[in-house]
Amino acid sequence: MALTQEAVLEGIKEIVVEVAGISADDIAMEKKFTEDLDVDSLSMVEVVVAAEERFGVKIPDEEVTNMATVGDAVNFIVNASK
Amino acid sequence: MSLQFESSVQNSRILSVGAYRPARVVPNSEIVDRIESTDEWIRQRTGIETRHIAGPDESLIDMAEAAANIALKRAGITMEQVSAVIFATITYPYQAPSAATELIVRLGNPKAAAFDISAACAGFCYGIALANDLVKNKTAKYVLVIGGEKLSDFTNPDDRATAFIFADGAGAVVIGPSEGAGIGPTVWGSAADSRDAIQMQPSWIEFKGNQSRVDATWPDISQQGQTVFRWAVYEMAPVGLKAIAAAGLTPETLAAFIPHQANERIIDSLARSMKLPDSVVIARDIKTTGNTSAASIPLAMDALLASNPELHGKTALLIGFGAGLVYAGQVVELPPLTSQ
Repeated sequence: MALTQEAVLEGIKEIVVEVAGISADDIAMEKKFTEDLDVDSLSMVEVVVAAEERFGVKIPDEEVTNMATVGDAVNFIVNASK
Repeated sequence: MSLQFESSVQNSRILSVGAYRPARVVPNSEIVDRIESTDEWIRQRTGIETRHIAGPDESLIDMAEAAANIALKRAGITMEQVSAVIFATITYPYQAPSAATELIVRLGNPKAAAFDISAACAGFCYGIALANDLVKNKTAKYVLVIGGEKLSDFTNPDDRATAFIFADGAGAVVIGPSEGAGIGPTVWGSAADSRDAIQMQPSWIEFKGNQSRVDATWPDISQQGQTVFRWAVYEMAPVGLKAIAAAGLTPETLAAFIPHQANERIIDSLARSMKLPDSVVIARDIKTTGNTSAASIPLAMDALLASNPELHGKTALLIGFGAGLVYAGQVVELPPLTSQ
C-alpha cells in the first residue's frame, strides 16, 4: 500500500529523534542530514535500517548516498511503497 | 548390538575468566597522522580512545599464556586437569600446527586435545558453544577456551578504514561441570553471501607469487565498514533477543550485555534495538581496548567483573559477530567470585 508523504515524514522524524537525539521540531523536508541535523554516515545507516523495518521498503546502499535531505529520504520511501 | 554405556548430560558453566592486555597503550594521536584523521573523528565513529598494541617480541601465544594462567588460577584447577583447549583466533601466523598446540606446550600439558577455530570476531562465542557441548556430553571435564589476537601484525597503518580499529590482546575462560545449567543455548549462523565485507587478502599463494615485487601486499584485514555496521545493527538485535528467550529470560531479567567490542555505536544501537532496560550493565571495553576480534568478549568480561564485582554469578548476553560474516550469541552465568 502506498504511503503518504505526511505519514513517512512523521515516521522519519521519530526515527531521527531516537537515533540522533535531536528535537522533532528541528526536522523538516528541506533539512540536510549531515549539515543541519548532525546525522553522520553511521547514524544514517541506523536511520535507513529503522526506516526499512518501519515502512517495509528496501533502501539500497547506493540510494543512501543520494539522500542528502530528509525530503530525499521521504520521497524515496513514498515511491518505493507504491 | 547397541552401544553399551550410560549416556547422560552434565551441566556446565564458565568457572573463571582471565585477561591479558599488552603494556603498550596507543592513543588515537599516534595513529591519526598516517590516515589524515583526528582523535575526535575516531572517538565519534567508534568510541575508541586508546588501545593496547603488543611489542614486536610479544607473540599471540605469550598473550594467550598469560590470560590462560590467570583463568586456571581463578578456577582453582591445574593445566593437567584440562582435557581440551579451543583457541579462537585469525592472527596465528602459522597455517599449522595450531596455536592451541603451541599454547598447551607452554602451559605444561602437551597431551590435552587442542585445536583452533576460525570464526573471527564470533570465535569466542563459537568456542563457548563447543566447550559447553564437550562438557555436557562428558567428552571433556574442563575445557580452556581462548580468544586471542595480534591484529597489529595484519593491520595496514595507512588504511583509513581499519588502522584505528584493530588492537591486540587475549582472554581465556575455563568451562567445566556445574550443578545447574550455566550456559544457555547458542543462536548462531552466517551471512556468507557477504563474506567479502571483511577479508584478509591476498591469499598466501598469491603472496608467495608476488613477494619478489616491490608492491607485494601482505594479507592485511580490510573491511567495508558501513556494510558491516548495517548488518550488525540490523541482524544482531534479533539474535540477541532469541538467545535471551532461549535461555528462558527476558531483557528485564538480564544482568549484563557483553557484545563483541566492534564499535561503540553498534553496541549502543543493539542495546536500543533490544530495548535493554537501564538495569542491564553494558560492557564498553572498546574505549580503552579497541577491537580485538576473538579476544574482545573475554577481555570485556574481565574488565566488567573488575569494575562491577556484583555481576559475578549473574547472567550476561554474549554476542560475537564478524568476518564471514558469522555470528553466535548465548546467555551465560558469569563466573563466580573466587579468592584469586
